[in-house]
Amino acid sequence: MERARPRPDALTLGVLVLGFLVLLMGLYLALSAPPDRQQGYLVRILYLHVAAAWTGYLAFIVAAVYALLYLVTNRPAHDRVSAASAEIGLWLSLLMVLGGMMWARPTWGVYWVWEPRLTSVAVMIAIYAGYFLVRQAIEDPEMRAKAAAAVAILGVINIPITYMSVYWWRSIHQTASIDLINRKVHMAPAMLAALLVNLLAFTLIYLGFVRLKGYLAARQAAKEGFDG
Amino acid sequence: MKLKYWVGLLVIVGAVGYLIWGGLGRSLVYFITPSEYFQDPAKYAGKRVRLGGIVKAGTVRYDPKTLKLEFVLTDGVTEVPVHHRGTPPALFKERQGVVVEGKFRGKVFYGDNLLVKHSETYQPPKEGYTPEEVRKLIEEAK
Repeated sequence: MERARPRPDALTLGVLVLGFLVLLMGLYLALSAPPDRQQGYLVRILYLHVAAAWTGYLAFIVAAVYALLYLVTNRPAHDRVSAASAEIGLWLSLLMVLGGMMWARPTWGVYWVWEPRLTSVAVMIAIYAGYFLVRQAIEDPEMRAKAAAAVAILGVINIPITYMSVYWWRSIHQTASIDLINRKVHMAPAMLAALLVNLLAFTLIYLGFVRLKGYLAARQAAKEGFDG
Repeated sequence: MKLKYWVGLLVIVGAVGYLIWGGLGRSLVYFITPSEYFQDPAKYAGKRVRLGGIVKAGTVRYDPKTLKLEFVLTDGVTEVPVHHRGTPPALFKERQGVVVEGKFRGKVFYGDNLLVKHSETYQPPKEGYTPEEVRKLIEEAK
């Protein structure tokens, strides 16, 4: 984000260190939270699954916002942040799917089904995989940034569809336990605390990595001779 | 752009297209209820359907030797006897929401795929449970 000689700042490192410290606390809370009445200790996958899902959504939304900013300002720094955020969002989404599959097998009975929530997640992941294909394919930095911005902005429509899929269509997936639509929380306080702390940890780590990746991309651009 | 990127892009666009028009189209109505089925059985005649409902209390019969599982699926209005072969998932029990994939043969629904729907509510065992009861709950959940 800096113009001349980019360097990793104390804020980036501070956020990352804090994120990992909070993650340790989240791990402790997750492992000391009570088992669920129905599924016992399996419920602990939730703390990873939901935290990864939410920060994944956040990452894709940030990617779209910076893509829009890039199209308005034409500053390559905005394109770099957008790409960094989309990449982390993709990893978080894959983590979410992995955790979800581990959870689905012992509870629903299968690793994967083509039902509305899982299908919309698959579409979302395919689109952001396509985002990086577009970035790889176009050599001209300005063309690349514009095409990528278009994908990032169009791709963000997946987030509300994915989030709402369990409300709009009949799904085997549960509706949200922290129900933002009906404003209800369907979790015991100790479980809620564990989830929120993990969510905070994931968010901090996400922010730190976006800044770090943005910095690395800026250095690379500087080396290749493009003005940041 | 190089050819290989065009090929890659084509694969991705094709995959997304297939997912949206093929997969999503079919999975938007992921399951039907017994009542919906009996409103228009001709519509589903001979087709595989996914039936969703609640396992009626007191109707579950399972033989671990032959893996034969029988229960009554209900949506509160219509009840359907279900025959299924296979180990039920761990969370399968009375009054649990399930989705069964299979076909009707006469009045009986023959399922070959059984999914358990669990609720979004997570609660620890009630206070007053003895440690033994809690342990038993956890054992059952495994």
